[in-house]
Amino acid sequence: MSGAQPRVAAPVGRKDAAPVPAVLPGTRRSARPEMLRAIGPRLLLALYIVFLLVPIYWLVNMSLKTNAEIASGMTLWPERPTLENYRRIFTDASWYSGYINSLKYVLLNTAISLLVALPAAYAFSRYRFLGDKHLFFWLLSNRMAPAAVFALPVFQLYSAVGLFDTPWAVALAHCVFNIPLAVWILEGFMSGVPREIDETAAIDGWSFPAFFVRIFLPMVAGGVGVAAFFCFMFSWVELLLARTLTTVDAKPIVATMTRTVSAAGMDWGLLAAAGVLTIIPGAIVIWFVRNHIARGFALGRV
Amino acid sequence: MAKPRDNRAWLLVLPVVALVAFSALIPVMTVVNYSVQDTFGNNQFFWNGTGWFKELLDPSTDLGGRFLDALWRTLLFSALCLLIEIPLGIAVALVLPRRGWGVAAALVVLALPLLIPWNVVGTIWQVFARRDIGLLGAAVNGLGIDFNYAQVPLHAWITVVAMDVWHWTSLVVLLCYAGLRAIPDAYYQAAKVDGAGAWAVFRAIQLPKMQRVLTIAVLLRFMDSFMIYTEPFVVTGGGPGNATTFLSIDLVKIALGQFDLGKAAAVSIVYNLIILTVCWVFFATTTRGQGEAGR
Repeated sequence: MSGAQPRVAAPVGRKDAAPVPAVLPGTRRSARPEMLRAIGPRLLLALYIVFLLVPIYWLVNMSLKTNAEIASGMTLWPERPTLENYRRIFTDASWYSGYINSLKYVLLNTAISLLVALPAAYAFSRYRFLGDKHLFFWLLSNRMAPAAVFALPVFQLYSAVGLFDTPWAVALAHCVFNIPLAVWILEGFMSGVPREIDETAAIDGWSFPAFFVRIFLPMVAGGVGVAAFFCFMFSWVELLLARTLTTVDAKPIVATMTRTVSAAGMDWGLLAAAGVLTIIPGAIVIWFVRNHIARGFALGRV
Repeated sequence: MAKPRDNRAWLLVLPVVALVAFSALIPVMTVVNYSVQDTFGNNQFFWNGTGWFKELLDPSTDLGGRFLDALWRTLLFSALCLLIEIPLGIAVALVLPRRGWGVAAALVVLALPLLIPWNVVGTIWQVFARRDIGLLGAAVNGLGIDFNYAQVPLHAWITVVAMDVWHWTSLVVLLCYAGLRAIPDAYYQAAKVDGAGAWAVFRAIQLPKMQRVLTIAVLLRFMDSFMIYTEPFVVTGGGPGNATTFLSIDLVKIALGQFDLGKAAAVSIVYNLIILTVCWVFFATTTRGQGEAGR
């Protein structure tokens, strides 16, 4: 079917791109120069990607410089590249424990969110029940509550139940926006599975739990992966609640960055290196879901 | 095919309700509780009725004026973000390759900013836009423009909006791309037979088919830009002056900075209600007549 779509995409990287006519016969807008037609889309994409990558490059660039070099003037690449900033992070417990703490609550949150969201999403996708639409909107409305609103009461709540400064506190607090999102995504993917499957399995004598785990889950595996990706993502990038709910023992890396750095005067190189290291887990996770990512961002609804 | 009615489904949603109620409902009730009280410290509270709300909604008072200013700034910020990100996102989605080796690579690069912790996004732009050590700041100053986001409100705004465009446009791109990919090739063949131009194809096929994902994109982008806190706080700290003090930044100042719990709680509630109302109205108008659409 290649070449069947007249002009949607810039045929970047396509070896068989030639047969697509640049201008269709009878087109009203054929006055535009053909050169622009062919190059315009690629140029837009290239510019956008450069726009995305340049700020990240600048961070990487700074992380490989000494503070003396950063302060002494602009250089487009490190003149004397050094890994000293990274070495300091990996040898200083107050820095690297931040990464471990962050990963702890992120993984915990992802596990909790998925565990409770799976049956709920199944219920929403398969049944109508008393107050289902209201419940769904109430869940989603929590996604619309600014973290700033929750900061103080959540701090008091988790202090009261003795979870303050543990990964559990942050993991549970992040559930407020991750569970609704996970339910929403999973419901979209599950609704794509025909209900006849459930009915056939029931007739064949499968018990519900066995059916759910052995037959149904594998069919929505893509959705589970996408939901996990989103839980990971939103828990990993959040700062306000994570910082409010921790002081020492469970302090996440994002909080370490805001505190230590400003106390020590501006240590730009170290700050940049810590920033670069926070980008890496995200990049790894994206790589795993790259084939599902577009559908995932549409929450399974296309 | 209609879904069967079965109230036992509640058993399946019970864990979700319990967890979210614990993490959200208790804090919300705490906020409501504070919003009708006043405190002089020492954990002593006094009934204040609707006093805070009256003050908040009256622009002539200190709190009301401050709230209204922050509200306008936040609305302007959200409007600018949507106006730039939605068209740009659609345009980039249209030019993304649909097959070949470039697809995975492009998608991974696109998604990268979305996975960066928000304060690191702030840090990246704080550094990038600085005139002494940042590439962007230095380049703009090199062009002869005296660019300084720490002192000129307009420059601070440009920096914060550019940062948001950098951070979130990819979300719109990915959503639209998913919508575009779901269009069968037959539609394009039919358009080709009819001799439709690019603009006609966009208007008659691509845009309608993207409506659903665009609804999600606009909703998510409105919510998140309206709730934005960390990124502008890291870059400008709300300054210069109060130029980029958005609602959430102001709220945290009142709640954790001045410990004015009653005021902060009242602001929280009104703030949250605005988001809920806007989302509800938008959701209801865009999905009207589509039955199950947004669900």
